[in-house]
Amino acid sequence: MALRDELGPYFGEYGGRFVPESLIAALDELDAAYQTAKIDPVFQEELANLHKTYTGRPSIITEVPRFGEHAGGARIILKREDLNHTGSHKINNVLGQALVARRLGKTRLIAETGAGQHGVATATAAALFGMECVVYMGEVDTERQALNVARMRLLGATVIPVTTGSRTLKDAINDALRDWVANVDTTHYLLGTVAGPHPFPVMVRDFHKIIGEEARAQVLELTGALPDAVTACVGGGSNAMGIFHAFLDDPSVKLYGYEAAGDGHLTERHAATITRGRPGVLHGARSYLLQDDDGQTIESHSISAGLDYPGVGPEHAWLADTGRASYLPITDDEAMQALRLLSLTEGIIPAIESAHALAGTIKLGKELGKDATILVNLSGRGDKDMETAGKYFDILDAAALADEDAAAIRSGALGTGASE
Amino acid sequence: MSRLADVIAARKAEGSGALIGYLPVGYPDLATSIEAAVALAENGVDALELGLPYSDPVMDGVVIQRATQAALAGGFKLRHGFDAVAAITARVDTPVLLMTYWNPVVQFGVDRFADELVGVGGAGLITPDLIPDEAAAWLEASDRTGLDRVFLAAPSSTDERLKQAVDQSRGFVYAVSTMGITGARSDVDSAARGLVSRLRAVGSTSACVGLGVSTPEQVREILDYADGAIVGSMLVKALADGGVDAVAAAATLLATGKGPVEGALGLPSSTVER
Ligand SMILES: Cc1ncc(COP(=O)(O)O)c(C=O)c1O
Repeated sequence: MALRDELGPYFGEYGGRFVPESLIAALDELDAAYQTAKIDPVFQEELANLHKTYTGRPSIITEVPRFGEHAGGARIILKREDLNHTGSHKINNVLGQALVARRLGKTRLIAETGAGQHGVATATAAALFGMECVVYMGEVDTERQALNVARMRLLGATVIPVTTGSRTLKDAINDALRDWVANVDTTHYLLGTVAGPHPFPVMVRDFHKIIGEEARAQVLELTGALPDAVTACVGGGSNAMGIFHAFLDDPSVKLYGYEAAGDGHLTERHAATITRGRPGVLHGARSYLLQDDDGQTIESHSISAGLDYPGVGPEHAWLADTGRASYLPITDDEAMQALRLLSLTEGIIPAIESAHALAGTIKLGKELGKDATILVNLSGRGDKDMETAGKYFDILDAAALADEDAAAIRSGALGTGASE
Repeated sequence: MSRLADVIAARKAEGSGALIGYLPVGYPDLATSIEAAVALAENGVDALELGLPYSDPVMDGVVIQRATQAALAGGFKLRHGFDAVAAITARVDTPVLLMTYWNPVVQFGVDRFADELVGVGGAGLITPDLIPDEAAAWLEASDRTGLDRVFLAAPSSTDERLKQAVDQSRGFVYAVSTMGITGARSDVDSAARGLVSRLRAVGSTSACVGLGVSTPEQVREILDYADGAIVGSMLVKALADGGVDAVAAAATLLATGKGPVEGALGLPSSTVER
């Protein structure tokens, strides 16, 4: 069987449904609706049309030779998911799931978010479809991604800061699951990555596989050949699965996922789930996770809120075990240097998440040399990260920013999103 | 075959039903959690459900989350769960179940976990995030050791899934009163009555209702149609607010729901409702 044909609920020993019984009916209902939609030309047409007229698909590819000089002279091609409406790949999945939710008659969308990109995309879809939207976001993340909180509020969403556990993405998922159990009649849980119980990992992958399908054709057209390697950052793994999928059955194409290594994957502060974790059960699926001897989830750390997650999607766990894809750690600093390098050499400011893929690509390019072609998923743009980057490189006028914050707080704008 | 099922059946035969009490291990500390569990058993609780604190408790509301998070911060280790079961079963006869999310069992090793639990005199497991469909290893280990296994049944479950839950459970099947998470509610959903009658229709002889139960009146109402009533958050709150004495008083009060109204001891309800 082709690797591309894997449909879940299991990928090897990974995946499944480890959730309270109360959610099984909703997951079955979702699975049935998705299976129907998948083969319904009306649904496909609707989604394709939205992507064409709203998302801005197909996203372009951009060759980055000045950046490539720093990557062993390899030919580097970026898939520009940062140019999508709302600024990242997340919208691909969100529009697909929102259409399925609408078919199910759901009137309320809930979501978890780390960097806020998935929350913004979900709030956007809710606004577009006239649905209610509640976004759970760890309190730590609402602080480091304040701009995205304001964006979500401006779009009409309610953002609920999650104060339990580590107050990051994993706890936001817990609260979203709790909300879903209690409100499943009216509510669709719009999960933002290829994790969670079946059918989420396959469904989310399917809504993102357009990234790889477009890119594969675009690279073939540009270079006349398949790339030697495809790279992406891996948090939960949705942008990586999205770009990997079209290449799974091209054995000449190597696949690399870059995990957030924080201070270093050998320190205590990282989010390198496949590199340092071991199989277990979290958030409804069996996969790799960061955990202690007792199976308690360990808090992850990354400068990138979107990669700061101690789990990973089950299909990645399986691709790692089978050796089809390789997963390597990238530290905070490596990512931040790559973020600056792409900005300086190509005039493209990537999201810190995507910068992990760029940092990995620099190393890989040096390994493969100048004859290699590497396709990188540039999953998002860096606007949301300007405060973090500004502080990191000490190029931020802190006094001006503090004044702005103070003014915004005075006018109550931070609470309403009106500061935009 | 299951002593837990026998205990529940015996209460039912008396014209009442079983009162099942939940408390987390290690809250506020290991020793106190053991004392509190013993206090439940000595004050009218027929079976104990000891929760193992877990980092990501998706089935739990804020009261239990807060307690289990405090237990983890206080240094709870899985080992303490077995220590607690051993200490409690040495002092009281009441069947003791562990309530645990699945990953800790997976990491300990399903067979090793079962053997250890048998060794300390535990009755079995309640597994809130493990459905029978994913439970092959646990079905095997529990059959081998004779441990009880309690799966959940929800108002949203199809009849086919209810039958599976009933067939695969031993001891009792946990009827989730409402679509939601743990936490006291002023009225226990009428969905619970409907769910239990659907469970009866697929052959359940031991169905206990939990989620939201917090008063003797609710216990009485549930025992009218079910075999047992499960109380959690209200006991945890009593422990948090008033220590072991408050837990004992709360259990005594709840136990009045098992008997005729005259059986009520007239305890000041303020001890538990603060
Ligand atoms: C731009 C961007 N890339 C990547 C990710 C990580 O998610 P995933 O691994 O599911 O692609 C995020 C998550 O917030 C993101 O915003």
